[in-house]
Amino acid sequence: MQFFGGTEISPSLPASTASGNNGHMMYVFNRNGVCLLYREWNRPLHTLNQQQDHKLMFGLLFSLKSLTAKMDPTTQDKSNLGVPQLPGQGCSFHSFRTNTYKLTFMESPSGIKIILVTHPRTSDLRESLKYIYNLYVEYVVKNPLYTPGTPIRCELFNTTLDQYVRSIS
Amino acid sequence: MPPVGPRSGDAIFANVERVNAELFTLTYGAIVRQLLTDLEEVEEVNKQLDQMGYNIGIRLIDEFLAKSNVSRCVDFKETAEVIAKVGFKMFLGVTASVTNWDADGTCCSIVLEDNPLVDFVELPDTCQGLYYCNILSGVVRGALEMVSMKTEISWIRDMLRGDDAFELQVKLLKQIPEEYPYKDDE
Repeated sequence: MQFFGGTEISPSLPASTASGNNGHMMYVFNRNGVCLLYREWNRPLHTLNQQQDHKLMFGLLFSLKSLTAKMDPTTQDKSNLGVPQLPGQGCSFHSFRTNTYKLTFMESPSGIKIILVTHPRTSDLRESLKYIYNLYVEYVVKNPLYTPGTPIRCELFNTTLDQYVRSIS
Repeated sequence: MPPVGPRSGDAIFANVERVNAELFTLTYGAIVRQLLTDLEEVEEVNKQLDQMGYNIGIRLIDEFLAKSNVSRCVDFKETAEVIAKVGFKMFLGVTASVTNWDADGTCCSIVLEDNPLVDFVELPDTCQGLYYCNILSGVVRGALEMVSMKTEISWIRDMLRGDDAFELQVKLLKQIPEEYPYKDDE
């Protein structure tokens, strides 16, 4: 009998179609609002200092999530807006698009939030975020020297991520 | 509705890379042996194994979620089923069953008929108080805490103590709601 471990990254790479370089920036937060990772590929304008920027992004997601759950027309039992929800309770959004950018969002039940900001014309990126979550598991979570809940400093993860995001179309 | 996760861990188990079972069993045995030498007290070893399991659990949960595609469980009952059928299969190669639910659905038992950790193991007289597999209870506790469920886990049956199976009692203490983490004046 054999068991244990595993390095295969699944789901396998979502196919990319047109040329890449569509990624603007990416955030990874944990449940406590700690920004575990911030990567920037194409962001000409900075208006806030980095810490404020991270807090703003986290706050936006948090509020938007409770708003989307509050507006859900399909469920009866809803608590008042702003009342804390249990993880997994209520619906959530996965992306929004403006005329200048698109934000895709994924949250795992363990509270890891991955946010990818891209060019507004990119296609559905939900599979891509799942793939990035898998990269996070392989390169960060499985790294014995990484302390959970602290900012990620892992060159290998950064390089793999950069390479992958470059291929997103 | 989000897609429902798998009902069994067989497919995932077949796809991950594995290590030799004997190597795994003996490595775990060596760790327990070393803890007994270092800590001397059996009680302390139980505690340490639980803590080690907890540290594993808080990481393992992400791998579990990433590979199993489980998006959410509706209640604690489903959570227990997923741990037994998918989780144990995926990481330990064995399937467990869930029984002994209490009336309000917050306490149940996970029963393991087969446990690869204890191949070759016999408890000597000096270690009668040892919960040899205490790492497993720590793993489950750590993993559940990461999905906001505070649990208390204890061993009801232990094959090394002459019982016919391993039985873990999992008791849900509370579910922690998601709060906005920043203070206003920060």
